[in-house]
Amino acid sequence: MSLLHLAIISPFLLAILVPIAYKLFRQIHTGWFVLPLPILLFSYFISYLSITSDQQSVTKSFSWIPALGIDFAAKVDGLGLLFALLISGIGSLVVLYSIYYLDKNKEQLNTFYVYLLLFMGAMLGVVLSDNLIVLYTFWEFTSFSSFLLIGYWYHREKSRYGAQKSMIITVFGGLSMLGGIILLYLMTGTFSISEIIAGSDEIFSHSLFVPALLCFLIGAFTKSAQFPFHIWLPDAMEAPTPVSAYLHSATMVKAGIYLVARMSPVFAEHSLWLWLIAGFGITTLFWGSFSAVKQTDLKAILAFSTVSQLGMIMSLLGIGAAALHFETVDDSYFTVATTAAVFHLINHATFKGSLFMVAGIVDHETGTRDIRKLGGLMNFMPITFTLAVIGTFSMAGLPPFNGFLSKEMFFTGMVRVLEMDIFNLDTWGFLFPVLAWVASVFTFIYSMILVFKTFTGKFQPEQLEKKPHEAPIGMLISPIILASLVIIIGFFPNIIANTLISPAQAAIMPVEGYVYDTHIYFWHGFTPELFMTLGVITLGILLFVTLPKWRRVYDFLPEKLALNRFYDSGLSGIQHVAHKFTKWYMNGSIRNYLVYIFTFFIITLLSVLFLKGAFKFDASNVSAIRFSEIVLALVIAIGAITIMFVKSRLTSIILLGAVGYTVALFFVLFRAPDLALTQLVIETISVALFLLCFYHLPQIKDEERMPFKATNAVISIGVGLVITLIAFSAHSNKLFDSISQYYIDNTYEKAAGKNMVNVILVDFRGFDTMFEITVLAIAALGIFGMIKLRLGGGKKNENK
Amino acid sequence: MLNTVVLSAILIISAATIGLIYRVIKGPTTPDRVVALDAIGINLVAIVALISIALNTSAFVEVILLIGILAFIGTVAFSKYLEKGVIIENERDR
Repeated sequence: MSLLHLAIISPFLLAILVPIAYKLFRQIHTGWFVLPLPILLFSYFISYLSITSDQQSVTKSFSWIPALGIDFAAKVDGLGLLFALLISGIGSLVVLYSIYYLDKNKEQLNTFYVYLLLFMGAMLGVVLSDNLIVLYTFWEFTSFSSFLLIGYWYHREKSRYGAQKSMIITVFGGLSMLGGIILLYLMTGTFSISEIIAGSDEIFSHSLFVPALLCFLIGAFTKSAQFPFHIWLPDAMEAPTPVSAYLHSATMVKAGIYLVARMSPVFAEHSLWLWLIAGFGITTLFWGSFSAVKQTDLKAILAFSTVSQLGMIMSLLGIGAAALHFETVDDSYFTVATTAAVFHLINHATFKGSLFMVAGIVDHETGTRDIRKLGGLMNFMPITFTLAVIGTFSMAGLPPFNGFLSKEMFFTGMVRVLEMDIFNLDTWGFLFPVLAWVASVFTFIYSMILVFKTFTGKFQPEQLEKKPHEAPIGMLISPIILASLVIIIGFFPNIIANTLISPAQAAIMPVEGYVYDTHIYFWHGFTPELFMTLGVITLGILLFVTLPKWRRVYDFLPEKLALNRFYDSGLSGIQHVAHKFTKWYMNGSIRNYLVYIFTFFIITLLSVLFLKGAFKFDASNVSAIRFSEIVLALVIAIGAITIMFVKSRLTSIILLGAVGYTVALFFVLFRAPDLALTQLVIETISVALFLLCFYHLPQIKDEERMPFKATNAVISIGVGLVITLIAFSAHSNKLFDSISQYYIDNTYEKAAGKNMVNVILVDFRGFDTMFEITVLAIAALGIFGMIKLRLGGGKKNENK
Repeated sequence: MLNTVVLSAILIISAATIGLIYRVIKGPTTPDRVVALDAIGINLVAIVALISIALNTSAFVEVILLIGILAFIGTVAFSKYLEKGVIIENERDR
């Protein structure tokens, strides 16, 4: 186990210690004990930057289940390191923020930080694993800890609803991904991502390739809240704000992005990959931004905005895959989409994290997050306002913030789709820039709503629960750091270009011998992208000003299309249908179950008998039928048939006894004296027992004949027929001689007995006899117990 | 000769048994059925004895004895049931 492994599992180890610290030091906020770890991890991962900047990677393996090819292999390359830095960096800021956000007297801090640390460790594990099974393990850990964090205030109904919803959707995707992993293993014979990538050319034409691709995409789409699986994310906003900032903007929702980026070298050759990712990404982008405008809750706007921005990154990753198909001289022409994806990934983490924290501050200091109640907070919270302006303007894609740069690159990538002539992109490709542009207009509108409806306009003190004032400095540190990153990256994008973006890009699209040299320019000249941005700003301002006039569009349009309704009615529908189905077939009647059992028996055996041609009738090996046998058979048949038609139960019992005695006679006839003896005694006793039961039956006035039912008749005739046919067929198919000659020869020789049946029972096969005795003992004890122990009856338990 | 005699004896007794079975089924009262059952038991003794002659074996002597005992016990139990309503009286009920 290396230091790298220790770094990954250190959050888990600290999670064990947190409750102890919480119990021992009640007066100190538990968050202070947690804070050093992410900072330490962040600085540790910084030390890897020098390695990955040279497009190198470090792999450390640790044996877990070597027999199954599962090793805890940790690999640090550009992509993994980028995510690890985001996780530990924003993790530190979120922990710091949460120290001021959560009250140490009112909240259960131990559970909060345990869950948060579990999540952090799991997330680090996801991005640094080189083994798919290990990745999956950590992946489910993130779903699980996210479930716990969303349901942190478990006394609230909506928290529980959101937690359950996110759990169902992300675990559904996770299991699908597991299917994809298994398919990949079947194709390549290894779980190691590096080895799979190295051998990816061979699996392209494999028949399992497309199913594996689809399975992985479902996993990535559910985790990253892509259309139509985005519905869990807005409901996850019931979590405490630090959790929303951390999980649902910066880290967990990007696990799907990470997966797509990581598996790109394996799958990107296929046109489905490009079409599905780019198509669903752009749809999500549009739908998320469109839905965000109608929200009235600050966190709901941010949630839909996250959905939309994730769709943007996803679509860029999809378009970026096209670069693999052009082996032209100017390689970087189509790779700009991937660059934009990685760049926007960083940008989004910075500004969205700060915006969530701003929303949390507003909530904390005014008592509400409803923008209809908020307004005019600028004078009370100048610092928060500044932070909100930086975050939202960056989100809207305005200069000079970093969002502007990535949005420009996004447009560049989308415009260049027009020049692609593969996978039918020349016919439908124009949709990409159009949708991207429309979505950007909506992005602009909701960004403006977010900042101006909250901080400007009329101040409504009567609507607020608290008297608003500026947040404590500790709460402001984290968003200030993130906002300054927004500005720093905005002004000097190239400080991260070659250290973070290029190595990540090299991991997404590994091309032999090609060194990515990313350079981000502020000024492109008068390109289409610039005019697109100008158009977004103009139309966005226009629409924002006239918002009250066209807002009614939302009143009837999206409600009908809301996917939540599908989810809710689907969930309750499944429950309803399952309940109905269970009620229908499990109606508690034993007759019914016997009908199922016998019908199944008839159908399977008869179909096997005839479909497989197993039926055979061979009379050559049959002995002659004697007259006495016919008579006895007639007696049994008459007895058995009469049982069904008699009225009184007493007669049935006596007839049953008659049948039993005739069977004893058969034993006599077929020379089985011991069987005959036992049969006679047992038959007598059981008839006596039947009579006992009969005597205790409740009085029924008119004993009626058994009612006739056609299905019962058909089934019983069917069972008799099947058994008869199988008996014929089994007799006709005898393959080997009996082994009874051995017993005949050795009963006296070896076992010193002349009665062969008894010698077999107690000597050759005495083991069976022992357990038959046990069965009888259990039956006797059971009967004794049932008679003696009548719990809940009049008598008290006699055993006590 | 012996075989013919045995076989015809078995036939006759079987016919008698069938007649008795008719009585068991038909009724009309329970004592009728009990008496018929007792007679069937005795007929079974005869049938088993005849069969052992036909099969030329002495292995079924115990069966004959057992049927005798069982028929007796059964008839007694039935009679007691019909008369008293119980078979085993439980005087020492705690």
